[in-house]
Amino acid sequence: MSRVELVVIGGSAGAIDALREILGSLPGNFMPAVAIVIHLPSAGPSLLPAILQRPGGPRMKFAEDKEPIEAGTIYFATPDYHLLVESSRTFALSQIDRVHYSRPAIDVLFETAAEVYGERLLGIVLSGANADGADGMAAVAQSGGLTAVQSLETSEMTAMPAAALAAAPRSVELNPASLAQFLRAHGESDVG
Amino acid sequence: MTAPIAELEVRLLLEAIFDRYHYDFRSYAMASLKRRLAQACDQLAVATLSGLQEKVLHEPQSFSTLLQYLTVQVSDMFRDPEFFSALRTRVLPVLATYPSIKVWVAGCSAGEEAYSLAILLQEENLLDRSLIYATDINTQALRLAAAGVYDLSRLRGFTENHRRSGASTSLSDYYHASGTSAIMDPALRRKITFSDHSLATDNVFSEVHLVTCRNVLIYFDSALQNRALRLFGDSLVSGGFLGLGSKESLRFTDSVTRFEEVSMPERIYRKRSGHA
Repeated sequence: MSRVELVVIGGSAGAIDALREILGSLPGNFMPAVAIVIHLPSAGPSLLPAILQRPGGPRMKFAEDKEPIEAGTIYFATPDYHLLVESSRTFALSQIDRVHYSRPAIDVLFETAAEVYGERLLGIVLSGANADGADGMAAVAQSGGLTAVQSLETSEMTAMPAAALAAAPRSVELNPASLAQFLRAHGESDVG
Repeated sequence: MTAPIAELEVRLLLEAIFDRYHYDFRSYAMASLKRRLAQACDQLAVATLSGLQEKVLHEPQSFSTLLQYLTVQVSDMFRDPEFFSALRTRVLPVLATYPSIKVWVAGCSAGEEAYSLAILLQEENLLDRSLIYATDINTQALRLAAAGVYDLSRLRGFTENHRRSGASTSLSDYYHASGTSAIMDPALRRKITFSDHSLATDNVFSEVHLVTCRNVLIYFDSALQNRALRLFGDSLVSGGFLGLGSKESLRFTDSVTRFEEVSMPERIYRKRSGHA
């Protein structure tokens, strides 16, 4: 099994509970970096890292422009900016056009991450109400990365995971607890 | 979405553009640029970047189209009102101690920020002795900026931003509506010099007291960010101020020691004294 070095997670409506369950189970020594796009209303500051951070868990923060992507850190896209991955394994922010009416867009993160991380990437799409993330998951799969979606029966909104599944048919479909387990299995430091 | 585009093909295109049109995008952040180029290929109905290169080399009018993709034109008046509020309380009182005030808006796009600063200076009774240089590489945007005409439908958002910046006046004092347009007061326009200037290839042109360059640096790679910040530092008087975009900072740049932080949520810095 090749080691996953970056996990990208996308979701919109209904994704927060699943995200809380998944991130809440990650040990402090979780190895991969994690980058997350959750669609939120763009007005007002997002409080996600502050809400989800817990003592002993991995460090959580907003991704900054030109910031090197560090192992074991959980990064959130900042509202109203796309989050992109550069070939130097740094983040970039951008206000280029919305994708699926969304900025940040899941596709933008996943597609740029797929180009850089290839088979060292794991893409996860959670509950959500539109098709953002589907093109991104196809790109992750095409570059040899792993793909997983939140199971439709546990998704509050199924449009997003269903579209992702259609675009990357080999994705595993898991409930949040199993997604958390899957993530841990691919993120342990001794898996080489 | 097309297959990932080889960076080699991008670099060849950017070299060609630089040679032919003297626009230098060679140090732009690659990931955003590649997405914009893919969109431009769709718009100009070419299948590959090589096709795009051929088209823009032989058809100058397609280069004008491409240029609109290469430069990101997203702005509003009084965008991020808290930035203007912080300028009002933390920066303008210091600028007021100078006999004349020069401001540089770098990457001014269609002029929204330049007019906002002119209004802010007017509200603090400083506009009479101020001069605003507003620069961009996009000549089409500069023409719009110089005309000072905005779609009236945008003014509602501008007005709300302006109000939230702690304004003492109403934005409607500074424009008049005509049909579906809002025309900015020529008295503001007279205090602004719009000109073509590239942070990638041009140099310092004046000594200034305040530089604002917001949501421009995110489109540059680290080397070009450093170049632009050196220009700002070289332009600013000792103790002069620098305002960046709300998600930009000096943290990952080599200018980090040249400036001190004034108001961090708003990304306002001050050039340290004793630095050349």
